[in-house]
Amino acid sequence: MEKSLDLINARIRDGSARVVTADEMPGIVDELGEEGALEEVDVVTTGTFGAMCSSGAFFNFGHADPPIRMERVWLNDVEAYAGIAAVDAYLGATQEADTKDRPYGGAHVLEDLVAGGTVELRATSRGTDCYPRRGITTELLLEDMNQAIMVNPRNSYQRYNAATNTTDRTLHTYMGTLLPRCGNVSYSGAGTLSPLVNDPGFRVIGSGVPIFLAGAEGMIVGEGTQHSAGGGFGTLMVTGDMKRMRQEFLRAAVMNGYGVTLYIGVGVPIPVLDTRIVRSTAVRDEDIMTEVIDYGTPRRDRPSMARVSYADLKSGSVEIGGETVRASSLSSYRGARAVAQELKAWLEAGKMELALPTRRLDPAKRAKPMRETAVAPRVSDIMNRQVISITEDEEIRVAAKRLLKDETNHLPVLDGNGALVGIITTYDVSKAVVNDGRLKQVKDIMTRKVIKTTPDEPVDIAAQKLEQNNISALPVVDATNRVVGILSAIDLGKLFGGRRRR
Amino acid sequence: MKLLLTFSRKGQYDPGREPVIARVVKETGVLINVEKANIDSMAGEVLIDVPDADAALVRRRLEEMGVSVRVMENAVARDEAECIDCGACISICPQEVFSFDPGWRLRVNAERCVLCGRCIRACPHGALSQQE
Ligand code: SF4
Ligand code: SF4
Repeated sequence: MEKSLDLINARIRDGSARVVTADEMPGIVDELGEEGALEEVDVVTTGTFGAMCSSGAFFNFGHADPPIRMERVWLNDVEAYAGIAAVDAYLGATQEADTKDRPYGGAHVLEDLVAGGTVELRATSRGTDCYPRRGITTELLLEDMNQAIMVNPRNSYQRYNAATNTTDRTLHTYMGTLLPRCGNVSYSGAGTLSPLVNDPGFRVIGSGVPIFLAGAEGMIVGEGTQHSAGGGFGTLMVTGDMKRMRQEFLRAAVMNGYGVTLYIGVGVPIPVLDTRIVRSTAVRDEDIMTEVIDYGTPRRDRPSMARVSYADLKSGSVEIGGETVRASSLSSYRGARAVAQELKAWLEAGKMELALPTRRLDPAKRAKPMRETAVAPRVSDIMNRQVISITEDEEIRVAAKRLLKDETNHLPVLDGNGALVGIITTYDVSKAVVNDGRLKQVKDIMTRKVIKTTPDEPVDIAAQKLEQNNISALPVVDATNRVVGILSAIDLGKLFGGRRRR
Repeated sequence: MKLLLTFSRKGQYDPGREPVIARVVKETGVLINVEKANIDSMAGEVLIDVPDADAALVRRRLEEMGVSVRVMENAVARDEAECIDCGACISICPQEVFSFDPGWRLRVNAERCVLCGRCIRACPHGALSQQE
């Protein structure tokens, strides 16, 4: 049996459509079988409510008198992109206010507007014959704008990597606070309720399909940026009228140490047309797998620490290397449910009809990494290869002489086999002197926990190590822990200075 | 019950040097659990946990020694209008103060809190604060 969309829409219109939320579907299929479920259910509603950085809105402010062609625009001190037309601007959710006295950004402006608050518009211009005005400041409500059209380039990820951190320090990321030594796992996404998980082949989710967007009826524009459905990371570009949105489903957020983002509720109704759709909407949390990625690796390709299902994640803990680690979400499952339930209520009340995609999204497409025409500079490009070092059994006096003679502040300390075992600085030596010379050998005063780098490490990562540890030099070691160079803040300064001049 | 003790180290009984807490334990026989202590050269702050029935006694004795005592009933407070029940606070709290109820609403078991402040910084929605 197959069902036509017309039939489903007719049922929605006369109030007889059977609508269920996606988390109910597996149980229904278990009970009635696929054919039975196809007969019984007309629409499955999905929902997700989480951080979606890639969001924002186009505004048209109307013309002032005398008119102005706004070249730069700020809403509550948050700059919007005005390189569009005279009185249009796009405000991105993650843009932060110019005055940083509190964490505030584009997301907060959007939430304030939806909540009915006034926002200060400030704009500047050079002035032209047709648009003579050079500046304007005014207070606006959402209803004062001609349009406030939300256009989110990348929402509703099919699934998302979970995050953990193998380093010794707490990391502050867009995946929230990650405790040291795999102290926790943070994940995002609603599992079985997530829109794209319920139609991984993009058969009924595509351009032109009506959706729930932050409390308003919105629409799928097409594939989202970075759409990578071939690897399970499809995304959607969506749009909706901000004037109809509700604060309950549009909430500004601040990720500590990272920045501003926007939590949005997105839901997609899925018409149950055939048994293939029955099967895909019967997906369970147990079937949806994702990787727990180590955000402690500061590279694009980060190692996976474990492969887990959304059922594992939602249980509150996962296993990593035989240890149980607590897991918690960044997105709200309760919010996702509220989205799916409200969407269901709309359909049952005949407030929304369904449509099939006017253009299909590519279910096999994969996102590419950036083509880099110049390789990011490596430590080996700028490190100092003339390393003055010392062995751990030398007397402190010898170290002091060496530091003085070579005008260096850091001496890597080697053991009998030439491997790096510590580091001493002029500061350590002076401290030893003040201590009445009771300490005799280098090994008595050296720092044993050396922060180091490798020749192929990107310079930016080495620079971050210096900054985070508040130190001024890093020994560069090869795979056998032999010192092949030293990288100092001065070497870095040369590089960055050179870059800026160009 | 949790009591937050604050004192100046310039007072007569300097808990940095004088064993104020130990003295109260000895005198009253009440077992005191020290959950957190921040003491610098000028002042100090200590969070202790005592059985509810003995709290008044411990409090009186500490105050006599010049320590100011505040009862921390809701050490960490959640603003329900701001909280969206995401759960970002759950896995980072060392005391397992937070959990979800069966309806995926955040549950806060504030008595266990030791005021480390982690959740307050980690909440993306600014929904958590320390009781003033
Ligand atoms: S992190 Fe904040 S918003 Fe999220 S559940 Fe905890 S208190 Fe609520
Ligand atoms: S302050 Fe610390 S102990 Fe208290 S609830 Fe927050 S994270 Fe837990």
